[in-house]
Amino acid sequence: MGIFSQYMLRLARKRWRFRAFRKRRELQSVVNRTKAIKPEQILLFSTLRNERVRLPFFLRYYRSLGISHFLIVDNNSDDGSREYLAAQPDVSLWTTKASYKRSRFGVDWLNWLQSKYGHGHWTLVVDPDEFFVYPFSDTRPLRALTDWLDASSIKSFSAMLLDMYPKGPFDLTPYQEGQDPFDLAPYFDSGNYVVQRNYKFGNLWIQGGPRMRMFFQDMPERAPALNKIPLVKWDRAYTYVSSTHMLLPRGLNLTYDEWGGEKASGCLLHAKFLDTFALKAEEEMQRRQHYANSHEYRAYRAGVSTQPDLWCKWSEKYINWRQLEILGLMSKGNWA
Amino acid sequence: MTIGFVMLCHTALERASEVARHWAIRNCPVVIHVDRRVAVAKYDALVKSLADLENIRFSGRHACEWGTWGIVAATQEASMIMLQDFPTVRHVYLASGSCLPLRPVEELIAYLSERPRTNFIESVTTEDVGWTIGGLDLERFTLRFPFSWRKQRRLFDGYVRLQRRLGFRRQIPKGIMPHLGSQWWCLTRQTLSAILENPDRAEIDSYFSRVWIPDESYFQTMVRQVSDSVESRSLTLSKFDFQGKPHIFYDDHLQLLRRSDCFVARKIWPHADRLYQSFMGNEPGAQAIAEPNPGKIDRLFAKAVERRTKGRPGLYMQSRHPNENWENGRTAAPYSMFEGFSDLFENFEVWLGKATGTRVHGHIFAPDAVNFAGGEKIYNGAICNSTATRDYNPTSFLTNLIWNTRGERQCFQFGPQDNQTLIYFMAGDPNAQISIISGAWAIPMFHSNRNFSDIRREAARLQKIEAHFLNELRKPWVKARVRTWTLAEFVENPMEPLQNIVDEISPRAMRRLTEAPRLADLSGFGQFLQNLRNQGMQPALMGDFPTGDDPRPLHARRGRPYLVK
Repeated sequence: MGIFSQYMLRLARKRWRFRAFRKRRELQSVVNRTKAIKPEQILLFSTLRNERVRLPFFLRYYRSLGISHFLIVDNNSDDGSREYLAAQPDVSLWTTKASYKRSRFGVDWLNWLQSKYGHGHWTLVVDPDEFFVYPFSDTRPLRALTDWLDASSIKSFSAMLLDMYPKGPFDLTPYQEGQDPFDLAPYFDSGNYVVQRNYKFGNLWIQGGPRMRMFFQDMPERAPALNKIPLVKWDRAYTYVSSTHMLLPRGLNLTYDEWGGEKASGCLLHAKFLDTFALKAEEEMQRRQHYANSHEYRAYRAGVSTQPDLWCKWSEKYINWRQLEILGLMSKGNWA
Repeated sequence: MTIGFVMLCHTALERASEVARHWAIRNCPVVIHVDRRVAVAKYDALVKSLADLENIRFSGRHACEWGTWGIVAATQEASMIMLQDFPTVRHVYLASGSCLPLRPVEELIAYLSERPRTNFIESVTTEDVGWTIGGLDLERFTLRFPFSWRKQRRLFDGYVRLQRRLGFRRQIPKGIMPHLGSQWWCLTRQTLSAILENPDRAEIDSYFSRVWIPDESYFQTMVRQVSDSVESRSLTLSKFDFQGKPHIFYDDHLQLLRRSDCFVARKIWPHADRLYQSFMGNEPGAQAIAEPNPGKIDRLFAKAVERRTKGRPGLYMQSRHPNENWENGRTAAPYSMFEGFSDLFENFEVWLGKATGTRVHGHIFAPDAVNFAGGEKIYNGAICNSTATRDYNPTSFLTNLIWNTRGERQCFQFGPQDNQTLIYFMAGDPNAQISIISGAWAIPMFHSNRNFSDIRREAARLQKIEAHFLNELRKPWVKARVRTWTLAEFVENPMEPLQNIVDEISPRAMRRLTEAPRLADLSGFGQFLQNLRNQGMQPALMGDFPTGDDPRPLHARRGRPYLVK
């Protein structure tokens, strides 16, 4: 990589940061409890819209991992999500009516909040339907992982998005508030992921899983990206470029080993395919606020209306992180 | 007689205080050194929390940057206090603030009183150590290191390079034989006092204060001068990873640590409440004194390091994406590729599956379909049979297939009409067994009912592709197990090559093939090739097929052909 392209990336980073700075005006504070944040605490950042039914389990899950404070942007919910979140003692909430798409799918908003409140903290950026699993997550709190990453001078930790789905149609069993979504959707694809390198940003581009298999098998290049780097020791100079898929400076994207070894990594279990999905797809089609002209949702809708069953006889049923490790979806690296 | 602990602390002082108290109330004096860079308030809190114990001392504070003299100076000063203030101490044990006693201290005392004159200190000559990071071993003693390794890494590395280039050497003082070893030791009063009261100590210290990482060499070297009974191992269980930083123990290591029978372990994660709770409450057991046996833990950490440095062969995922030729195995397991066999034999897949007991696919790289074994639409690991998905990234397709079916050998058919992207990948893969009957692609054409001009054009195209592949397979970088025959050669004597291939796929079967696959009907094939020639296309890959002289009657026979040996 030449000096020129390095400089262009630097400019791009500055541009994204400035954009986030501009977009801060769109955020309106509902409750701000950030004074309670103490040094060394792990913070979670999220954007959401109409996720009321998912929130109780989401908060419970991440509290039990050891998240101390949730910083959430509510994109104009009208199902009570805002009121519910505002009442939580460890949540700071902002709300906005502005366009999700024009904030680059929430990235600008969160980049701003992270640069303001996340500097020097380990920050986890996830959607309300993403559940972080890392090596030893059943016996060691998240703090153990971040302490180890600190000791190893590692600044970012990757977690591939793993789409989970039920057996049978999505709406066979409705999701109840507070329920573990993976009781309903415990299946995943274990070995059909396509990996290639993005030389510009230095990250890996991973596609595959049930979405590629069912909805994008004839246009795989349009299948959604599954590579994510949600856990970062944040510095205000950093910025997410596109969702949590990649960051700048690009050194943060090097979460994989190039010389044959395995670095430690985790997974984000993606509880997207529940009964709420059809509704969501319909709504998003109306709003046209999603990535690439909602191409993804259009493909799903075509699939959903014919009642797809993502399950096949090779689907694996989720047990725990060790299973994902053995299947080669994540790795302990040298953490033992 | 008792044992005294010297503790070096810099973080998690509450845990250090807990451990110090544990030892002190069991009548083992403790001298604590706290890094000067720790805030005064924290230090004061530590002093206050231990104020009620009269056999705890605090020594003068030094800044202990890793790799510098401060740690040794701190150890010396604390050890002096230990020897002066507590005359009953016979062994001095150097520990850190993140150490955890795994066995009751009474057992340690009993263990040491059986070995009253032994010094436990890992001490190895520089030629014999394999664990130094960054290649500095003897050079630790002969170069100068004025720059901080942590903060001024470039200057540090640059200055080392410069000294190497200039051939600079510091003189090692006379009588000093450099030894290295773990920083955590347990020395007898005699040995320790001999080191500390050495008449030349000022000179030696001034030399060592400019050695790199003196805490791993000062006592390790000096002990060889003053004592004969050195047991070169550390009583502290401490494992290092490939970067030279210590592995950390967590709650889930509890059973492993219990069974290790080591006396002290480091380093413990400060929030590992269960570990601290269970080991601090330890009372002396009734069982005999066991020797420390960290074998299991060694294996666990050795595995972790191997995973980090070598990884699992054939795995491509979010945190392992090796550069070309750094894969440590391009694919996860051996597999076989057959070119031309299914053209020459009828039902070759079924026959091979029976003969070897493996999964035999059709042409999985065919342009119009992914022909998995048994006509499956979705295969292991939920690989789908979409050609678009396969052609989007054929390498991922193949490596996934092999990875997902680990433990079950995969065989598949290939041919010049298929997607050729992977020929280089497979040719360079030691796991690939490539068997080619060149020119066999002409047989289906021969049987087909197409116009001859189309056949001629297609034959020319396929011949070019196959010739290219064969040519690549002769390159010096090829690592696959390659076997090629021309069609004529193979038809002459098909059983021997088949036997070889089958033996290689399932070496343990060791039985003769009894059933041969059935050859396609080749009568008139020589004439067909001649026709191609007459039309101006030169079929070169089939070997020598004389016109009119059709192959032997083996395949003309009806019914199931059996081979009698």
